[in-house]
Amino acid sequence: MTLPREISRTENEGLFSMGRKPVDIPPAAGREKRSYYLNMGPQHPAMHGVIRLLLELEGEKVRDAEVEIGFLHRAFEKHAETEVWNNVIPWTDRLNYVSPLINNVGYCMAVEKLCGLHVPERGQYIRTIACEVSRVTDHLTCVAASAMELGAFTVFLYMMKARETMYQLVDKLTGARVTTSYTRVGGVKGDLPPGFEAELLAAFAGVRGILREVDGLLTKNRIFYDRVNKTGVISAADALAYGITGPFLRSTGVPYDVRRAQPYLVYDRVDFEVPVGTRGDNLDRYLVRMAEMEQSMRIVEQCFKQLPAGKHSLEEAELIEANVMVDEGKRGNIGKIWDSTAKVAANLEGQARAAHGDVLAQEPRFDLPPKEETYGSIEGLMRHFEIIMWGRGIRPPAGEAYAAVEGGNGELGFHIYSDGSDRAYRVRCRPPCLFIMAALPKMLIGGNIADIIATFGSVNMIAGELDR
Amino acid sequence: MTETELLDALKAALGADVLAAGGVGHDLWAQVAKGRVREALQLFKGTLGFNVLVDHTAADLLKWPGGHWAGVWDPCQATQGGEHERRTQTDGRFELTWRLMRLDEKSGLVEGRAALKCRVSDGEAGPPSVRDLWPCADWLEREVWDMFGVKPNNRPDLKRLLLYEEFKGHPLRKDYPIAKRQPLVAPLPAPEGRIAPEQLRPRVTDPGLVE
Repeated sequence: MTLPREISRTENEGLFSMGRKPVDIPPAAGREKRSYYLNMGPQHPAMHGVIRLLLELEGEKVRDAEVEIGFLHRAFEKHAETEVWNNVIPWTDRLNYVSPLINNVGYCMAVEKLCGLHVPERGQYIRTIACEVSRVTDHLTCVAASAMELGAFTVFLYMMKARETMYQLVDKLTGARVTTSYTRVGGVKGDLPPGFEAELLAAFAGVRGILREVDGLLTKNRIFYDRVNKTGVISAADALAYGITGPFLRSTGVPYDVRRAQPYLVYDRVDFEVPVGTRGDNLDRYLVRMAEMEQSMRIVEQCFKQLPAGKHSLEEAELIEANVMVDEGKRGNIGKIWDSTAKVAANLEGQARAAHGDVLAQEPRFDLPPKEETYGSIEGLMRHFEIIMWGRGIRPPAGEAYAAVEGGNGELGFHIYSDGSDRAYRVRCRPPCLFIMAALPKMLIGGNIADIIATFGSVNMIAGELDR
Repeated sequence: MTETELLDALKAALGADVLAAGGVGHDLWAQVAKGRVREALQLFKGTLGFNVLVDHTAADLLKWPGGHWAGVWDPCQATQGGEHERRTQTDGRFELTWRLMRLDEKSGLVEGRAALKCRVSDGEAGPPSVRDLWPCADWLEREVWDMFGVKPNNRPDLKRLLLYEEFKGHPLRKDYPIAKRQPLVAPLPAPEGRIAPEQLRPRVTDPGLVE
């Protein structure tokens, strides 16, 4: 798929540049021309995230640049070694916090690969839907923030509004807007809430409307166009040498997308296109992201059409209060419990017995049982404790596994070692934006100081995953 | 190129220095002698066409069950065989991994993936840097130094990547306690009636995790 990149140069030629060429002004007599240093960051209003750039400037030109990272290092990998396998999932939310669901899925897929677990079909579709909604929020944030830094504040507000409609649906699905922790080893926390499909599709109509408006406000906007066109250029060969993936690599013309190259979940069953750019500049990256949001929404729509039927627990007929159910279970009134659903706290909705088999692998060594069994039978209670209790927990077989998913910024990989105990021996997260940040000086050197803002915005640096 | 062909090419070049190999499909791995890692990576990049360095990382096997560094022999763990055996038997505390990918630029499809591994003992330098082959290796090597204290033998003046230069030790080593703090600015004394932070009980109290 190619992008409608070119606005005709003749149509827009000369509004700003007026045919002028940059003039190299020689220093006045008795003076010499020298470069100077500028420290940009770690806290700078035009740099979302804490990062420091050391720049050597000559006038407005960047002669040299160095990137310093690590200001948001929170020892994710060390913490992951000290907690049981499932307790790592909430930390993965905090890696790329604008697309947390993709991180959840990536980590769980690596553990499942080690365990040889198979997620039920409905669970896989739900994961795919969650991932694509997250990708939309990721790209909305990136385009919004980078446009705002170039002065387009209206665009920022519109896109944040669109993102908020997505976040509210993520809230409905997972119980939290950003700190989702939605997946479990073996599936997802719970089934889709009732009426989710209609609400999400309605929200997509709103997002599409906003994307059209943003397209009208930005794509042919002279100021925006001149700031992003042919700035921050990187070639395909350089991008590959730096290990860059995701929209950034695709903007250079290499159509690598993990969803297409190594389909996981149900990406081989849906029809979507991989947008690619041609020049690898900031404009191409903006266009690629705008096109990808549309593709993500297409994927979700197809997923809903193919989604195997499931039963959300709240649609079940008879609800019994959880504490009543526990009492009945203690008295041995199993028959009554067996036909009804436990009325549980809101954060446990969607995982009652009716939905449990659809969204979680039915593997007692790795999954929590449905609440009805935990409350109603000694076997269920024991199975629950075997997973939850300190020193018990799930125990993937010894070995190592690497699983990659397409994150918001590119290939997000989790490389996991298990020594067969209840905790990970080592968890390595391959953060996609680290590789882009390593290449940042290459894109900045030779450009103007004003281009730094445009280029840095298009990197979509997320300090949470960069510094871990 | 199948896994067998890849391994044959590697063995033809390195001979007995290919110490172990395994995995199928995209999970193919090979462990080579430390001195020949660079040669192997050059072979992968050149002849075998693995053009992308996906990742470079390490693991500290100090507490790998059954390993002779751990000082604990757990027969249940040790009999699991395969990869587990390899980790306990081969010498060297750190396992370094280079994860490579062969990507077709035109189609964007992955034609192969492989992981190259080597072992490095405590206190010695790792294999030579490969940042001239893949520039991203610069940062990845800095991170491995930062977190594990293993640096390429031709980069003596390596800077840390994520932590500050004043930081002492390498936190992803298994003997670095999780609860250890190294503030650059000493905390103020607690106001009267409040508990000082150092008097708080650490949240993680497992032996081995706390100093």
